[in-house]
Amino acid sequence: MKAAIYRAGKWFEERTGLGTACRHFLFEDIPASSGWPQVFGSICLFLFLTQVLTGILLAFNYAPTPGDAYKSVSYILERVAAGKMIHGLHHWGASLMIVAVFLHMAQVFIYGAYKRPREATWLAGVALLLLTLAFGLTGYLLPWDNRAYWGTVVTAQIMASVPFAGPVLTQLIGAANGIGVVTFSRFYALHTLLLPGVTGLLIAFHIYLVRRHGAAPAPSDNGNTQKFYPKQAFRDVIAVFAVFVVLFAAAAFLQVPLERIADPTDISYVPRPEWYFLFLFQLLKLFEGKMEVIGTVVLPTLAVLALIILPFANRVHTRMLTGRIHAGAAVVLVFSIWAGLTATAERSTPKPFHSLRVPREAAQWAQIPPEQIAGFGYFRSSNCGSCHNLLVGTPKAGPNLGHAGVRHPKEWLIQHFRSPQPSSAPLHLSLPKLNALSLFVENVRPESVSLLDRMSAQYISGVQMFVVSGCISCHKVNGAGGGVGPALNGLGNRRGEQWVIDHFADPQRLSPGSIMPRYPFSKSDEDALLTYLFSLPD
Amino acid sequence: MKEITIKDTPGIKRRGFMTGVIYTLASLMGGVFATSVSTYLLGNPGTEDSGWADAGDISDLQPGAPQQVSFSRSREDGWRLQNEKASAWIVIDDRTHVTAFSPRCTHLGCAYHWQANRNEFVCPCHGSVFSKNGDVVSGPANRPLDRYAVKVNGDRLWLGPIEAANHSQNS
Repeated sequence: MKAAIYRAGKWFEERTGLGTACRHFLFEDIPASSGWPQVFGSICLFLFLTQVLTGILLAFNYAPTPGDAYKSVSYILERVAAGKMIHGLHHWGASLMIVAVFLHMAQVFIYGAYKRPREATWLAGVALLLLTLAFGLTGYLLPWDNRAYWGTVVTAQIMASVPFAGPVLTQLIGAANGIGVVTFSRFYALHTLLLPGVTGLLIAFHIYLVRRHGAAPAPSDNGNTQKFYPKQAFRDVIAVFAVFVVLFAAAAFLQVPLERIADPTDISYVPRPEWYFLFLFQLLKLFEGKMEVIGTVVLPTLAVLALIILPFANRVHTRMLTGRIHAGAAVVLVFSIWAGLTATAERSTPKPFHSLRVPREAAQWAQIPPEQIAGFGYFRSSNCGSCHNLLVGTPKAGPNLGHAGVRHPKEWLIQHFRSPQPSSAPLHLSLPKLNALSLFVENVRPESVSLLDRMSAQYISGVQMFVVSGCISCHKVNGAGGGVGPALNGLGNRRGEQWVIDHFADPQRLSPGSIMPRYPFSKSDEDALLTYLFSLPD
Repeated sequence: MKEITIKDTPGIKRRGFMTGVIYTLASLMGGVFATSVSTYLLGNPGTEDSGWADAGDISDLQPGAPQQVSFSRSREDGWRLQNEKASAWIVIDDRTHVTAFSPRCTHLGCAYHWQANRNEFVCPCHGSVFSKNGDVVSGPANRPLDRYAVKVNGDRLWLGPIEAANHSQNS
């Protein structure tokens, strides 16, 4: 057996040489001064491979068209086993990748590892940084929620403002006639076909160059060498494992923002880019009018140019630590500017209401009068189903409510709820709730029951909040209700979530002259109520 | 004795420790990834759809010969909720015993039809023949017609998920 395995291994090695190649990699000579600062390259590679793997997995359940993209992302999050995990790994992996690439560059910069003969390695690294940012930019649109849509509107306008090249760039990203299906397809193609291919090739080239010139020695290097395996490999694996733990923890415990489906008419929406572009977002605010192009184009271009000419401008052939103090100070300065801009943007931009996601079937559900939906909720929570079937099921003590003929006047029903026969406990519900329950019982129909059965608990609780708060006495829903306030159908197309939340808290501030009282809802009640209100179709 | 001396050498010991950590952590990460990936690919998303649809008023149907009814049902297809037309062959013995057959032949899925003069279901594709209670009279089909779950509520006929026939029920 052992001999057979040995022969198979030998055969494989003779045909592929992979074993030798691996040994070359593992037992490569690296400077003995290498240590923990040199682990960032491996982290970047690990994160890139994780992005490729999770990206491919997401594509297994993702529909790349604006109509279906959002629904399929919701499907991945809500229905696919481990879908939330894979989506989270991809989302947080992208952020960690940006961090890792910057740390890698900062280390190379401080150690002067970009200097002759490693200029090309540095330039490939700069290109990889830009590709990483391009991944973030193009991937941002793909969930097709409001955040994605409006974020990309801003990106497209920045591209359009580039002197001379603006129209060409806008044409290239398919945004000449606004953000739409063409932009979406192009971003998808860039994100999943072009960028991964180019990045993969460039990473291979980057690693080839690292091997060709050898790993750069640390400033304190004394010329000694060591093998990559196992000492440096050990450090790399420990570092990668730490990132792996952080990444999985983020995917498991942090919520990936997915807002309402993209709505080009939602003019109240304040777009806000991903955190790593927030500094640019803030930079734009410093330049107004014609000067805006300085923030959008000139400064970012100068920053990239500075990175490109760096290895040619700084030719002093020293890597001594004392000589690198300036480099370290420069990194700290750039980081401080970046952090300052990011923090200012973070404080000054309203955070979107990101927990709200209207269920896919909600427009269909909203056709049922709110009292009946609320009543169905009370039917469930009061455990009426222990004695009554709604439609079908094994016979129970009480009559089936779906049968024609089980119809009683409202007064009889309310009396029955207060003292159900023969042995059930009375329902301790307020009169509006009992009214809703009686309306539901009076209107049990097969078509409504099949819809009610599918409603989420949060949706039903939102409708109950709507009913018990008495909203219907002033607002019309589906044509029924009071006419004092505006009808609520299509609210989601007219107002943003934050506006509605602020309006609950202080109606007179946003609608001077309004007679609506203040409604200090709890966060969960507010979420539920908004889910219902924003599901009401036009 | 010599072997113990080698193991005790600090450099060798540290090398063994590092190699052990490398392989352990790499296997751990590989295992977690493999578990996540296989759960994602092999897990069943299930359906929130109860699968029941109103197939019409049962008093419109006559006992005796099978009749085909069309109805619309909503079906979850991944992230989409499809409203689609469906049909069933209904056989009513009396109001309490209703059978609804899926309209597809159990051989290769062609639509079959009822031949009143032969008193049998006949599939035009490959000639499978089924009796009125869904049993195979002659092949190539090798199992009885599939049935919808059936519930009668008042006058309404409700059809549920399609299930393979339990042969003993037919006999």
